[in-house]
Amino acid sequence: MVGYIDKIKEISERLLKDGKVDMVIGFRKGTMPMMNEPHRVKSADDVKNLVWDSNCGINLANYLTDRKEKIGIVAKGCDSRNIVTHIIENKIDRDQLYIIGVPCKGMIDSHKITNAVSGEIVDVVESNGEVTVKGDGFEETFNKADVLQKNCAVCIHRNPVIYDELVTDLVEEQADVDRYEDVREIEAMSTEEKHNFFDDLLAPCIRCYACRNACPLCYCPTCFVDESRPQWVGKGDDPVDIKTFHFLRAYHCAGRCTDCGSCERACPVGINMRLLTKKLEMDCLNLYGWEAGLTLDNRPPLDTYKPDDPEEFIK
Amino acid sequence: MEFMGIERDRLHLSWISSAEATKFVEVVNNVTEAVRALGPNTHFIKNEAKVA
Repeated sequence: MVGYIDKIKEISERLLKDGKVDMVIGFRKGTMPMMNEPHRVKSADDVKNLVWDSNCGINLANYLTDRKEKIGIVAKGCDSRNIVTHIIENKIDRDQLYIIGVPCKGMIDSHKITNAVSGEIVDVVESNGEVTVKGDGFEETFNKADVLQKNCAVCIHRNPVIYDELVTDLVEEQADVDRYEDVREIEAMSTEEKHNFFDDLLAPCIRCYACRNACPLCYCPTCFVDESRPQWVGKGDDPVDIKTFHFLRAYHCAGRCTDCGSCERACPVGINMRLLTKKLEMDCLNLYGWEAGLTLDNRPPLDTYKPDDPEEFIK
Repeated sequence: MEFMGIERDRLHLSWISSAEATKFVEVVNNVTEAVRALGPNTHFIKNEAKVA
């Protein structure tokens, strides 16, 4: 995975020099370890700053919303699915895009590593499926498979679904993963247990909205939480308001979420809000046989009507 | 809603035409009965700020 960058740079440079695109969206090294940041490359000289490793978890489709220029974009499996969603929702035109597909083997969960070591991490090196973390007075090596982001560990769409060019051969998809084990665990709880579970899960939330901002689906000009006339939800740290925010945000992603994990990755306090979007994802799969962002040809279940749509909930 | 800890019988959705008066009465009666059986709601209640 580390070796992909030469190819990404080569493609980006070619695209920019030939004037095929006005900018390339990729990653550059972040100011903190394990936090690569999105980077817009607008000239061939800048291509050298692009990087690619297992810390490129942020979903780049987020930076395409309503852009007018021609864009080259580096896309993992999940990014490509969100690009499809963007095209379906008329947030970008397919003709504007040159998609540089990157078959992905999963991204590292920085929360997991930070929790596993004591002290501040200053350097992270990755090689041969191992991740070595260095800091003041310690050095630890992890197996990459053990520190994958939770969504990457159960990912079944590692290869980009649309692309104009690939940086390497397609990788093998994971076959026998149980994607919804955690959702079923919650479903098995009693009402009271469920309520308490989400109380505990969301208690640390500081309402910073990093999850919303990192999410490629959250592109409304004014989010319902920022609206003041009418004010849909209180802006303080009342537990009911916090839950309202998380539950409603998840609902807005129903049938659109690709489980890219950006929300969880962006969370400064490490809340697993993916449990909410995943439940909706599972329902969409079971009720409508739908997985978001796999094809440009079908409309998502929530904006079409079929006579045989499930309707047991209507009395 | 059930997933996040609201009792199944507390929330109802129905599709009733303005001409279906009997169905309306029936549904409303069923809803009241089901919710009464559950008792008062204890979750998702936001207390107003106390003013001295």
